[in-house]
Amino acid sequence: MDVVFLSRLQFAATTMFHFLFVPLTLGLSVILAVMETRYVQTGDELYLRMTKFWGKLFLINFALGVVTGITLEFQFGTNWSRYSAYVGDIFGSLLAIEASVAFFLESTFIGIWIFGWKKLSKKAHAVVAWLIAAGGNISALWILLANGWMQHPVGYTMRDGRAELTDFSAVVFNKFAILEFLHTVPAGLLLAAFFVMGISAYHLLRRQHIEFFTRSFRLALIFGLITSIWVAVEGDSHAVHVAETQPAKLAAMEAHWESTRMAPIVLLAIPDEKNERNMIEIGKLPGLLSFLGYHDFNARVVGLKDIPADQRPPVTLTFIAFRTMVGLGTLFILLTITGWLLRNKLLENPWYLRLMLWSIPLPYLAIEMGWMLAEVGRQPWIVYGLLKTSDAASPVASGQVAGSLAAFVLVYSLLGAAGFYLIARNAARGPEEQSAGNGQPA
Amino acid sequence: MILQSIWFFLWGLLWALFFMTDGFDFGIGTLYPFLGKTEEEKRIIINTMGPLWDGNEVWLITAGGVTFAAFPLVYSTMFSSFYTALMLILFTLILRGVSFEFRGKVEDPRWKRIWDYCIFVGSFAPALLFGVAFANIFRGIPIDKTGLFRGNLFTLLNPYGLLGGVLFVALFLVHGALWLAAKTEGDLHDRAVRTASILWPVELAVVVIFLAASAAATDLWANYLRYPALMLVILLAVAGLLGIRIFISRKQFWAAWGSSALAIVCATFFGIIGLFPKMFPSSIRDDYSLTAFNASSSPLTLKIMLIVVLIFIPIVLAYQIWAYKLFSAKVTGESLYDDEAY
Repeated sequence: MDVVFLSRLQFAATTMFHFLFVPLTLGLSVILAVMETRYVQTGDELYLRMTKFWGKLFLINFALGVVTGITLEFQFGTNWSRYSAYVGDIFGSLLAIEASVAFFLESTFIGIWIFGWKKLSKKAHAVVAWLIAAGGNISALWILLANGWMQHPVGYTMRDGRAELTDFSAVVFNKFAILEFLHTVPAGLLLAAFFVMGISAYHLLRRQHIEFFTRSFRLALIFGLITSIWVAVEGDSHAVHVAETQPAKLAAMEAHWESTRMAPIVLLAIPDEKNERNMIEIGKLPGLLSFLGYHDFNARVVGLKDIPADQRPPVTLTFIAFRTMVGLGTLFILLTITGWLLRNKLLENPWYLRLMLWSIPLPYLAIEMGWMLAEVGRQPWIVYGLLKTSDAASPVASGQVAGSLAAFVLVYSLLGAAGFYLIARNAARGPEEQSAGNGQPA
Repeated sequence: MILQSIWFFLWGLLWALFFMTDGFDFGIGTLYPFLGKTEEEKRIIINTMGPLWDGNEVWLITAGGVTFAAFPLVYSTMFSSFYTALMLILFTLILRGVSFEFRGKVEDPRWKRIWDYCIFVGSFAPALLFGVAFANIFRGIPIDKTGLFRGNLFTLLNPYGLLGGVLFVALFLVHGALWLAAKTEGDLHDRAVRTASILWPVELAVVVIFLAASAAATDLWANYLRYPALMLVILLAVAGLLGIRIFISRKQFWAAWGSSALAIVCATFFGIIGLFPKMFPSSIRDDYSLTAFNASSSPLTLKIMLIVVLIFIPIVLAYQIWAYKLFSAKVTGESLYDDEAY
């Protein structure tokens, strides 16, 4: 197997694993900061216990997110050195800014937050919680500016076979990246909200710690309701921008072969890439794709057939990823609206609680599918329109990459299992009755 | 030229700060299985670095990111040439990072033993491998005209490279032992002081051998012979090393740790100054070497990054110093009863 294929597999595996932890870090950090702020404002001990219980789960997840993040920074150099040399001017600076502006903030203050309960005043400690939330989400901004540049390169010129920066503000205000950011942040909050609601539902079904988990559930529900709608509305403007900047991705995510006006959306289909058609099409809605891409039913949408075969992304994967994401996104709106209607009688509706418990994995799936759409849909380009993925890998031996890939699979499986076990165990155990830390042996 | 030179030394500074801060974590993690006799002592040892190690590790991320941003060719060539070595560093750092968080979460000796082992490997291996990697950079790497690496992991395991590994381990062991001496009391404190005292002559000897070997195996001394005033940095490193011994005798362990920090920063700069302007010298032909001048980003990127770094690194230093002060108290058996402690 060749180096490019193995490196792609490794990058996909390590990124997707990393992103199992990132959204919860982004979202739950904000929810924790709100809980702790409520504690400072009201003095209500229940909020403190909530902060500590959810904080414990947060920290297990955070550790996994941090250590798997280093992998990505290393891999641009180890596995994608031709890419790094090509884009270092721009992409590299965004990563460096992320580390110095945001990641330091998050990583330094997380230590202070964990160990600082007795050393800081209540107010100062809550401020630290906000600094962690800010650090994480500002980190996301710079990382997405870097990814946004791969999706839609701006503010550069080509010199000596490298992309050189010419306009920093164009890179920082890249609309593609800003839209990604405005999609990722609420998606993280949504996932965190479902995480909190799902675990709360588990305990409410068992009728234990009722006040604790009712309050947790309702707080998370507010975030879930707002962000499930936000993600969908923002996703719509994102699609319009994709139509403008990446026509091949738009065509692939809808398995749209012929260029037409009144382009339809097909609810379900089995794309046949070899023969450039869809085998089965169910539920054809005329004009909707034109509307999705251009907010005009009559707009002309470029079909895959008008895009050279060597510039098309893998259609089936992109198509499935988009459908899964949108389908789940719709479900999240329904679930949170139902939750809003039932918010005062959660205990009387065990069916809903059970539904929410089983929904915990769904935002994870939706987010991974979203990234699949973004990254697979950008292929064959690593930098859209500029550099192909096949020209970007390092000149290393395929045996080296195969070895590291095998090691990643092994180590990450074990870490994932350990992390899942710890989170599930601590989540099921529920909160401490009294907030500890008052000199009693733990 | 000036911008690239400034960046070269900032690059060196970031590595030096990484070695100075996370270096004591590596030292502590390596000593951990030997100094922690009881479960309580083990937890005390972990908690001496508990609030700080994560922030310390970000200096590595920043050093890596800055290499990428300011010297993309160095980043891409270095990271792909050192593929296997860096993967080993990466995996062991991953294990160390989760160990702190995971270890105390299950009350089962077998569970804890797994993470104890990970803490040791995740501290010792990166210390050794960073030393091997940097010594090889000092010595020169077999890269050809196109920057292609003509070697493998075993190319790096030459005597001088391994000596670099031993040097880093020795520097970090003393650094970590001194941190423990300053942060603990009782038996553990006495053991840490004894360890530092025993390891100090070893550290000194390795430093002297390394400086001598560098004259034979590398061109590091060339810049010093040209500008003898630069030897001040070597004198400062030696002063730091001697300071360690003096302050241990006076039982001023924070000062001893500070001396060790000075020694580590100056030892790093000994190499960085010796390298200048090379960043990744070729052992095949001198003019294949990557330098601050032929491997840098565009002037615009360097300028923007300089502004960012000049604003934010002082801010980072300010809040990290605040964090160090906040957690300067000794870690005792009682402080472990906080439910947040590792």
